[in-house]
Amino acid sequence: MPNPDRPTPAPPAEAAACSLQGAVEVIFERSVPGEPGYRFARLDVPEAPPEGELPAALLREQPPLLPEVSELEVMRHYTALSSLNHHVEKSLYPLGSCTMKYNPKINEELARGPAWALLHPDAPESSIQGILELLWRFERDLATIVGMDAVSLHPAAGAQGELLGMKLFRAYHREKGNAKRTVLIPDSAHGTNPASVVLSGFTPREIRSGKDGRIDLAALDSAIDAGTAGIMVTNPNTLGLFEKDIEEIAARIHAVDGLVYMDGANLNALVGLALPGAMGVDAVHINLHKTFSTPHGGGGPGAGPVGVKAALAPYLPLPRVVREGEGYRLLQHDSRSLGRLHPYVGNVGVILRAYAYIRSLGPEGLRAVSRAAVIHANYLMRQVEGAFPVAKREACMHEFVSSAAWTRAHGVRNIDVAKRLLDYGFHAPTVSFPLIVPDALMIEPTETETRRSLDRFAAALMAIAREVRETPEVVQGAPGCTRVGRLDEAEAARRLQVRWTPPGAPGAGDPRG
Amino acid sequence: MSDQGQARSADEAMLAEIGVGSFDELIAQVPPRLRLAKPLALPAPLAESELRRLYGDLSRKNYDPARTPSFLGGGVYDHVIPAAIEALTWRSEFYTAYTPYQPEVAQGTLAAIFEFQTMICELTGMDVANASMYDGASAAAEALLLARSVNHGGRALLAPGVSPRVRGVIATHLEGAGVALEILPEEGGRIDIAALPHALRAGPPACALLVQQPNFFGLLEPLDRLPEAVAAAAGERPHLVVSADPLSLGILAPPGRWGADTVVGDLQPLGIPAQFGGPTGGYFATRAAHVRRLPGRLVAEARDAAGRRGFTLTLQTREQHIRREKATSNICTNSGLLALRATIYLALLGPGGIREVARQCYARAHHARAGLTALPGVRASHAGPFFREFAIDLGQPAEALVAGIHARHGILAGIPLGRFYPGRTNELLVAVTEKRTREDIQALTAAVAEGLALPRGAREKGNPSHAEP
Repeated sequence: MPNPDRPTPAPPAEAAACSLQGAVEVIFERSVPGEPGYRFARLDVPEAPPEGELPAALLREQPPLLPEVSELEVMRHYTALSSLNHHVEKSLYPLGSCTMKYNPKINEELARGPAWALLHPDAPESSIQGILELLWRFERDLATIVGMDAVSLHPAAGAQGELLGMKLFRAYHREKGNAKRTVLIPDSAHGTNPASVVLSGFTPREIRSGKDGRIDLAALDSAIDAGTAGIMVTNPNTLGLFEKDIEEIAARIHAVDGLVYMDGANLNALVGLALPGAMGVDAVHINLHKTFSTPHGGGGPGAGPVGVKAALAPYLPLPRVVREGEGYRLLQHDSRSLGRLHPYVGNVGVILRAYAYIRSLGPEGLRAVSRAAVIHANYLMRQVEGAFPVAKREACMHEFVSSAAWTRAHGVRNIDVAKRLLDYGFHAPTVSFPLIVPDALMIEPTETETRRSLDRFAAALMAIAREVRETPEVVQGAPGCTRVGRLDEAEAARRLQVRWTPPGAPGAGDPRG
Repeated sequence: MSDQGQARSADEAMLAEIGVGSFDELIAQVPPRLRLAKPLALPAPLAESELRRLYGDLSRKNYDPARTPSFLGGGVYDHVIPAAIEALTWRSEFYTAYTPYQPEVAQGTLAAIFEFQTMICELTGMDVANASMYDGASAAAEALLLARSVNHGGRALLAPGVSPRVRGVIATHLEGAGVALEILPEEGGRIDIAALPHALRAGPPACALLVQQPNFFGLLEPLDRLPEAVAAAAGERPHLVVSADPLSLGILAPPGRWGADTVVGDLQPLGIPAQFGGPTGGYFATRAAHVRRLPGRLVAEARDAAGRRGFTLTLQTREQHIRREKATSNICTNSGLLALRATIYLALLGPGGIREVARQCYARAHHARAGLTALPGVRASHAGPFFREFAIDLGQPAEALVAGIHARHGILAGIPLGRFYPGRTNELLVAVTEKRTREDIQALTAAVAEGLALPRGAREKGNPSHAEP
């Protein structure tokens, strides 16, 4: 019997066994011409052939090349594809800054039913009071959680939240007549931060981190000038460290009438423990698909509501839910609003799940989430730091960054270590980010892992460290037991086959008419 | 001990192993004055049974979509959602997976995106489609930003039938981008083709021309006449962006045929529930020449060392996580699961099904408009060709009428246009999908007739069963 306290990972299976399953198929390859597709109800109104009325030039001449497959073939194909994915319910997903926690089933059940999922946003307000009330309550709960005065539910993701934050900064400075151009961003920031700043019309200016991995106040001072529109701070930062000087940073930015935006990607470390609003932050986004457990969906959808202080509230996008007497309505017009960001009120399907999560946990439960997230990260850090030294030797918050720089001496890179983890049944950590740590492995275990799963993950990393020394070629060649091995991405970018083409057909780049 | 209690004691043991005496000691880096002394002022926790009751109580304050015939559209449509989509997209392997940055353990997601990209290229006539956008509106905004990066010109011209919502999202995105938005002249609810050459010539060069197909009023824009009109203006050709409803492309010519440089749109009609307007998912497709300016993720076929085919994200140097401030866009999280839904939808329907659903929408919408406009005092707002949606003028305020029809008949009759166009308070935008039966349409027509307080004879006349030849 294996001792769960000292788990010994099983040696990876032979790669050859996997390849017997053949290539990954695409649905087009299952197509049988003439196979009946989905059956719609019979047309019970008179035929109205578009050919009779529409200019022929507007009509399609050639059917689109779509597969012709039965429902069973569809089920088999996508079930087969699904089995090739790593996912939260399979095993640990130690992706730093991505917060891959468990997505409770009740939230799915509540949001998926037709009563909520099929609501149309343009129904008369008297017929949608339930959803408006839920959105209104959710806004208030989020405002409480981040210590802000108002919340916009519009942003469809964290990056859109950042864009909204920057647009709010612009609206604020415009109204005050401030000539502001630059937004300061620490060198440890997520890539979305500088990209959002550019998209908003501001210019990013990078500030160097200090030796302790945090914003260096001297570097900050030399970057601040009269044209500083504000700063974007991730707190805890991407090294998993709390920006201890956040209040001082905010004070110095505020001294030039700049504003402080907090990237809330790492909010899972703070819920119930500290309020961004109390730190001098003027605007913060909240990734519902991270902190509030809504599923990532293989890349989305997410939601990135933004909380703001009262000074920015007048500029929030419309429409937004307001309470009037006992009822609720959508505010559509307000001359100070910056306009519309989402075509409707936000990603409500995601919000329905996040609201259920907040209500199921309550204040103590939410605090326990962040507490456990921090404990788990520190525990795991202690388990792995012997094999992969931690970038900054101090306690971390909800995530930490190790370095695999030492493996280079054995001809092994951090990406090899990450790929080898796949053979052990784990997802890889975030690699080579943040940029300020050489050969970074950025690890966030989340609160929903058990001690046993943390131990197993740590044991896998220890085993890989041994392999690096003893059999580096195994690590260099990883993964060996996934359906496909490491893919030649450079060759893929050169050939650039980005759509399926039937065998023998001319390649892509041949628009069909 | 409860599960929670056990987890808690495991946490305490871990604290001890970390070597700190308390949690407060562990978070010493958080200045004590910033630490919350008391719990957040939030409602007490709810068990599953209580959550179900809460959501049940709240949902009773909404209409019941399963029992309410809906003629609402305006960008979100009540189409059939095949059962197989639900069964597949709720596999944990898909919906709890992360972005496919580790291709060896994400072939399921990647292969499906590759299929999605192919299907979108097929529907639009474009060379390359990305892995998805948030929604059609932000996709249109990104398309204009792409246009700005390939073309000179500080103007973007918008067809008059571009959804006011999409226009709003575009305006927010393009604020500060140095591109002025101009609405082109309208003729009968559609772009005034005759006036287009002049609009292009008058003023500085335009970097982009955006047309929505079908447009907000449900009308089909004369895309076939655009190339000639643009050519007549001489000068630099604007980047032609078509925002196309993907379901309509079951019968409509791919916009690529009429010179579209970029085609975008909302995925919602393809098996995605309304969800009160979001998330819906967007698509973005363009010509091969612009592939390196594409926003967001892109999947390509690849091979491993053993020659096995697989799929991987490609050209990532366009993206924010590599390129940072020089990225083509800031988009990171997109609409992966919704793109999967659209892919499964198109796979289930195939070429015959997508044509069938589009033809049914067309037939049912035309049947409904014939019946409604046969009512005395009701007339079609526009004469041009339409697809699944149309505007009618009721001769009296539409807002009160739809509220009354919903209250008395439990039918959602349409969207009053006065919400978007202050001068059009008497007009109603009516969408008719393949889900609306002859009886639904009959009931709507009768309810409108009653709402207009017409005499009984006139109501009979407006009944589509009598209105048809």
